[in-house]
Amino acid sequence: MGLILGRLGQSLAVLLAMSFVIYGLMGLMPGDPIDLMIAADPHLSAADAVRLKALYGLDRPWTERYLRWLARIAQGELGYSRLFARPVLDALGPALANTALLMFCALALALTLALPLGVAASRRPGGGLDHAANLLAFVSVSVPTFWLGLMLVAVFAVWLGWLPAGGMHGLAEDDGGPVDRLRHLALPVATLGIAGCGQYLRQMRAAMLAEAGHDYVRTARAKGCGPVRVLLGHQLRNALIPVTTIVALEIGGLFSGALIAETVFAWPGMGRLIYEAVMGNDFNLALSGLLLATAMTLAGSILADLAYAWLDPRVRSL
Amino acid sequence: MTVLARLRGDPVALVAIALLLALAVAAILAPWLAPDPESLDLAAMLAAPSLAHPLGTDELGRDVASRLLHGGRVSLAVAAATALLAGLTGTALGLLSGYGGGRLDAVLMRLTDGVMALPLLPLLIVLAALDPAKLGLAPDLLHSEVFAVGRIVVIVALVGWTQVARLVRAQTLAVKARDHVRAARAIGAGPVRIMLRHILPHVASPVLVATTLSVGHIILIESALSFLGLGVQPPLASWGNMLTGAIGTIWTSPAAALWPGLAILLTVLACNLAGDGLQRACDPRR
Repeated sequence: MGLILGRLGQSLAVLLAMSFVIYGLMGLMPGDPIDLMIAADPHLSAADAVRLKALYGLDRPWTERYLRWLARIAQGELGYSRLFARPVLDALGPALANTALLMFCALALALTLALPLGVAASRRPGGGLDHAANLLAFVSVSVPTFWLGLMLVAVFAVWLGWLPAGGMHGLAEDDGGPVDRLRHLALPVATLGIAGCGQYLRQMRAAMLAEAGHDYVRTARAKGCGPVRVLLGHQLRNALIPVTTIVALEIGGLFSGALIAETVFAWPGMGRLIYEAVMGNDFNLALSGLLLATAMTLAGSILADLAYAWLDPRVRSL
Repeated sequence: MTVLARLRGDPVALVAIALLLALAVAAILAPWLAPDPESLDLAAMLAAPSLAHPLGTDELGRDVASRLLHGGRVSLAVAAATALLAGLTGTALGLLSGYGGGRLDAVLMRLTDGVMALPLLPLLIVLAALDPAKLGLAPDLLHSEVFAVGRIVVIVALVGWTQVARLVRAQTLAVKARDHVRAARAIGAGPVRIMLRHILPHVASPVLVATTLSVGHIILIESALSFLGLGVQPPLASWGNMLTGAIGTIWTSPAAALWPGLAILLTVLACNLAGDGLQRACDPRR
């Protein structure tokens, strides 16, 4: 318990430090909020610009502005998105839901591919299946996500014409129903699933092999358990502990890591939102989005600790 | 058995290393092997492979094979420089942290944890989108080719040093307690000399392995940033930015997107296989 509280405190410190860094970096972005307003309305005079600067507090020192912004964020006031012309929260919410949908489907696919294959490969290290699984794992961690996405589009959308190449609607909007949604999901999920399965496959295989040498495995075999029972009933249970930790660790990062796939497939998710906000000088949205992405990643690592403590009784007592 | 002898018995690692060497040679010789990658042939846009253009041309009629070679030169140089910079930073911080101990260690390791816990890609996008003019750099420097490439090297290295730092710190802690280090301290060697002469040689091989493995990862990051238009800037070709326009042209010529990605895949695959083989050769127990 004390361990978790400590991690929580540390994460909050990282989040606070990150908010400071992000706020500072935003000030170094090309463009200036007032310049953007002047560009939008040519009737604004220089005097108006000065007045606007004072109105928004932009004439104040940097640290003061940061503290004011932090106070507002803490009260849940995220401001207004310039790019989407709506409150930041209304832009972030649907994007988060879209990314969650994409991410969980991709994670499910990656694990469906990786776990059985990892278990099967560990049965005979150095065998044919092990070599094939190893090759798949290496290709999976080595393939550039955006190119894999492009190739899948080239084959399944351009060449075969089976699936749409992108352009998913928001979850809340009126869309073509579940079938249409599934068709839009297929290619991005396949891209992220294939690119993600390699590391889980390697982890699963390594964890199974590490467990295979333990005494309890020999005991189980000696008391007459069949090979499948030993593998799935005894070894797998323990081997899943480190794999679960890795998965939990990845979940937080996945919220922003899907950025590239979201760009290729025009998927209206978190990663693409942050990218567009940064590129489009939407400071409020970019700040909140980045902070949320950081919080997600940190939450993932706490989740990994919790999962580890929950699954492994040896750690629980700490 | 020495590391080299063990490596010689590993055909996969040997093929990977040979491929990397061949890529490096091709990248170095690119200006002599291939014609100008920026010359436009507007009469032959998105042309199919022919004798004049072995891999066809892109959407502006530039020779794809030539751009692939010159792009590889940029991508590989960026990856090597970034891995070197990140490796050096990580080694220095890891040595300081492990040997210094105490409060210095605590601060540096919290910093490492913090950087590792950050969402990598969004952070890189922000860093890459910064306006360098607001940092107060000289304008003529900003438009030079060195700056265009150096910028991406620094950005990626800024977040890429953590793994090496942790590795070096752990190894330093183990080596620090050995007799030869204590003996060196007893005869009056200063901390810098002990770190560089007596500890560094013992951390060299894990650093080499980690750096080789990181090159593949760095190539992936650089290509992704360049693909998003934030890395190496056109007209300078890199494997990533050759695909920037590919979403638009994929309907008319899907094959054009094949080559740059295949080059990235093969290079990263070779780096990972070579690093893996090196790891097994350095530490046969694993």
